[in-house]
Amino acid sequence: MSSHDTHHAPPPRPRVWSGVERALAAVGISGKALVIAAPAIWLTVFFLVPLAVVFGISLTIKQFGRPPYTPLLTNEEGTVQLTLHLNNYLRLFTDQLYVAAYLNSAKIAFISTVITLLIGYPMAYVIGRAPDQWRNILLMLVILPFWTSFLLRVYALSGFMRGNGVINQFLALFGIEPLVMMQTDFAVYVGIVYTYLPFMILPLYTNLVKLDGTLLEASADLGARPVRTFLSITLPLSMPGILAGSMLVFIPAIGEFVIPALLGGPGTLMIGRVLWDEFFANTNWPRAAAVAIAMLVVVVIPVMLLQRAQDAMRDKEQAS
Amino acid sequence: MRRSWFLTIAATLGFAFLYAPIISLVVFSFNESSLVTVWSGFSTKWYGALLADPQILGAAWLSLQVAFVAATIAVVLGTLCAVALVRFRRFRGRTMLAATVAAPLVMPDVITGLSLLLLFVAMEGIFGWPAGRGLMTIIIAHATFCMAYVVVVVQSRLTDLDLSLEEAAMDLGATPVRVFFDITLPIIAPALISGWLLAFTLSLDDLVIASFVSGPGSSTLPMVIFSKVRLGVSPDVNALATIIIGFVTLGVVAATLLQRRSRPKHPLP
Repeated sequence: MSSHDTHHAPPPRPRVWSGVERALAAVGISGKALVIAAPAIWLTVFFLVPLAVVFGISLTIKQFGRPPYTPLLTNEEGTVQLTLHLNNYLRLFTDQLYVAAYLNSAKIAFISTVITLLIGYPMAYVIGRAPDQWRNILLMLVILPFWTSFLLRVYALSGFMRGNGVINQFLALFGIEPLVMMQTDFAVYVGIVYTYLPFMILPLYTNLVKLDGTLLEASADLGARPVRTFLSITLPLSMPGILAGSMLVFIPAIGEFVIPALLGGPGTLMIGRVLWDEFFANTNWPRAAAVAIAMLVVVVIPVMLLQRAQDAMRDKEQAS
Repeated sequence: MRRSWFLTIAATLGFAFLYAPIISLVVFSFNESSLVTVWSGFSTKWYGALLADPQILGAAWLSLQVAFVAATIAVVLGTLCAVALVRFRRFRGRTMLAATVAAPLVMPDVITGLSLLLLFVAMEGIFGWPAGRGLMTIIIAHATFCMAYVVVVVQSRLTDLDLSLEEAAMDLGATPVRVFFDITLPIIAPALISGWLLAFTLSLDDLVIASFVSGPGSSTLPMVIFSKVRLGVSPDVNALATIIIGFVTLGVVAATLLQRRSRPKHPLP
């Protein structure tokens, strides 16, 4: 029997997938539609709808009960009534706390981004220009913290800066009084720079490693001093890397919660922390929702538009 | 070469800044004293205390389960999404899909967490599902934000992919599904693996989103660490951090060596 069967070589390949395809086609669904639909439905249900729910709840007010907010729709004697409250949004503008928190978050995120750039640029430059065998090791040293737990790195930093921490013990060797670093805005800046430094270095490195060394030599041969060469050649050419790295630091920093909560003092106002406290400490869900919607409009949407503009610019450059 | 002296010193200080806190944390995890910053002799007792702490062990197990399932869902959905965006040039809602999948990358964690929690509460009120919050809701939340990262990784690999192989298979009569499983998938497999590892790490690391969508009795590892750390320094967290840093170091060193072997000139994609 088996010897007879071998005449029918080559053996038939499994037909499972085409079977599945035919079955779907019979119901009127193409494979293509299915590929698009699966992620699209997931994102609609678990990303877009939640944002709509947040907006809806931002128009209610806090009440005691489950859930802890007033219903949007009420049914009174057969007529459905829609009740919208604008109190939460009015409070965002009238209560100094919220305005100050938004402004302070933007300030802290901006200054930390600039400091991260100033520290990360020379590091990325050195890695990009290092001989091959060194470059791999240095790059690995940047990637390692990138994969290490964010929370644990903030914790490591707090152990380093606290009253009886390593820095103060080191200073004590020289008879210097201990510095108060924890629970201050200073600690928040150090925390953001420390945790996001790899995010700045990696895009800068990918940009600087492509820098054509002959341009720098030509500039030096023509008598330009190193500073001049840097300002007129290296810096302009590395602009895309600077922008990419800065966005990767600024965006997460502005909504940061963990760093101000663990390193900052009670006076360190940041909007992520304000939202958290409205929700967990005050259990004011509608207010937290309004803070989130305001954050979305003031921070997230401009950032997305900026990124789109940046992408369009890059595509244009690549096309030309 | 005066300029290169400046650069060398700046870079050395930068690396010292990155590593000094981590190294001191690792060193003090072997400290005998419970005062985390005063050295009083070598001891491994905090590792023992860690292994005897059911709260930390339970949270670690929960986090690993969440990360495993969430990363897997994120890779499946993220790959489908990347294929749709790269291969299907035109379809209705393409711009919308591209914008929606990229949005979680710039969304602050507090908003993602709050919005999903409010959704789960509203859904429970209307449909009775999900009944309460816990493992399931954390997995859904993590899969959603991790998916965005998987799409970025897989998309860049698909864009670089040589189309002629797929076209050849089509010309030979293979159906699109067959082409995907026999040709495309094996070629983009490395991107799926890096996407999965990235999603797994992000999920294990998340504190904020999990805090919103978890329920009583389902604290993830970062949530337990956060509540311990908030009360002050605790030596067993140092021990835990050292173990985690050890695993990450092994993984990164192994990945670097593997990549160097396969592509000697370019250590990174």
